[in-house]
Amino acid sequence: MSAPLDVARIKKDFPLLDVEVDGRPIVYLDSANSTQKPRAVIDAMSRFMETSYAPINRSAYRLAAEATEAYEGARTKAQRFINAPRAHELIFTKNATEGLNLVAYSWGRANLHEGDVVVLTHMEHHANVVPWHILASERDIELRWVPLTSDGQLDLTDLDQLLDGAKAFAFTAMSNVLGTINPVRHLADAAHAAGALAIVDGCQFVPHNPTDVQAMDVDFFAFSSHKLCGPTGLGVLWGREALLEAMPPFLGGGNMIADVRLDGFTPAVLPDKFEAGTPPITEAIGFGAALDYLNDLGMANVRRHEMAMAGYALTMLNERFGADITIHGPTNLEVRGATVSFAFRDLHPHDVSQVLDQSNVYVRAGHHCAKPLMRQLGVAATCRASFYVYNDTADADALADALDGAADIFGP
Amino acid sequence: MPGLEDLYREIILDHYRNPRNRGELEAPPAVRSEGFNPLCGDEVQVFLAVRGGVVEDIRIAGQGCSISQSSASMMSQAVKGKSIGEARALLGAFKSMMSIEDAGEDGTDDEDGAPEPGVKMGDLEALQGVVKYPVRIKCATLAWNTLAQGLDEADQGDPSTN
Repeated sequence: MSAPLDVARIKKDFPLLDVEVDGRPIVYLDSANSTQKPRAVIDAMSRFMETSYAPINRSAYRLAAEATEAYEGARTKAQRFINAPRAHELIFTKNATEGLNLVAYSWGRANLHEGDVVVLTHMEHHANVVPWHILASERDIELRWVPLTSDGQLDLTDLDQLLDGAKAFAFTAMSNVLGTINPVRHLADAAHAAGALAIVDGCQFVPHNPTDVQAMDVDFFAFSSHKLCGPTGLGVLWGREALLEAMPPFLGGGNMIADVRLDGFTPAVLPDKFEAGTPPITEAIGFGAALDYLNDLGMANVRRHEMAMAGYALTMLNERFGADITIHGPTNLEVRGATVSFAFRDLHPHDVSQVLDQSNVYVRAGHHCAKPLMRQLGVAATCRASFYVYNDTADADALADALDGAADIFGP
Repeated sequence: MPGLEDLYREIILDHYRNPRNRGELEAPPAVRSEGFNPLCGDEVQVFLAVRGGVVEDIRIAGQGCSISQSSASMMSQAVKGKSIGEARALLGAFKSMMSIEDAGEDGTDDEDGAPEPGVKMGDLEALQGVVKYPVRIKCATLAWNTLAQGLDEADQGDPSTN
């Protein structure tokens, strides 16, 4: 079978990957953190600002109407990208974090009361933990936690008991640390059987997999632009129309109202109801271009490429380093992406990443905004190499070569 | 590996591999302070036994990278047996070596400005190379900021000072 992606050509689409540091190329393995941007996105944003920029939704002149159309065009592209039923169910937020906060703040405050239960998992990013902690501290709601198996998957043994009486099950579709891809439809079905909503952090999943929120049958789904080749400052919260309609507004201000009087206000209809203030217009244009770019590659191809990358990296690293390396997360490629967290000997991840930096190999070292998970793994931090559409096996080899350098400093 | 010799000096690696004054003291009577580096997850606990205004004993617990752990180990050696005033002078000298002049926000503000000249840094000077790696400065200062908290608390709890 031919390679799913032509990585040599794709690399040329990303100007930053041409940047040299100390006269040598960089190996960017931090895409689970944030991806680099293709020329198509950079150009779309520049072109929009140079020729088409205008405020949206409020002025009658033609340029403003065109800008509004372009902004809404990005919403429609995002709708198709995740196969949402209706474009006005997609709320543009600052990022996935804001999307999850919006759900906890607006839906949570309207629907959760003392003694109510929200179920989370041990692999959640802080973005899907802290908003619920905040709510719990105000409302005295109970948080329950789905534990993990030894290979970094959700342990669903007691799921039905955990969900018993729950109002919401908030979980990630893919772990930002372990690379684990969760069985979203199965989890959503279990939530619904218990009478709970399925609230999904899709931030890591959407950039790496074909996404279909209808097939997943979830209720809320949040993701970010900057992790899928788009600019920072923009995310999407998708929610079922009936839920969004019934929720009180989140942020108040311009654009989100139908009427304001001295004695109160009437919120606008969806999606404006949840988009207070001037939105990131240029970023939405760039986001739309990023979705076009990924569609041209084909998300099924992206997934196949990353399965191959994960398979190569896991095998090669284990063969080269044996007992010196511990790779966290599942070994079964069907349930994991190309996000590879590892421990190298007994070295601290910060020291490992410092050594890798000398070889221009860029990985993330730290707790990855997942301190509850770090405690479960029994570590303070990990190194994380995350591969994307512009990474190939040579990049994985460069990581391994750079790891050899650690022995030069810290001894054999 | 070329380029990292300034950072990973042999004396730093020695303190990392063989940390001095590692462990805990019963608190109370010892003062226990705790510091976190929220970015990388490093954490350190400093236990101070202060009597008569002197740091009679000190223990370090926690976990972290070679820079944070070696800095904590060297710090423990440097302040053990020193008066609180001398420990504060070391703290000031160390922070200015780390190019941190405006130390007001973490309680180490020195009204007199720069620490008194002539503070002997000893092994601690090996950490000077960290300044070339700005993201690692917070690793090197973690134990010292935690020490500062502990000294403040010890000051309040020790009737013999003041």
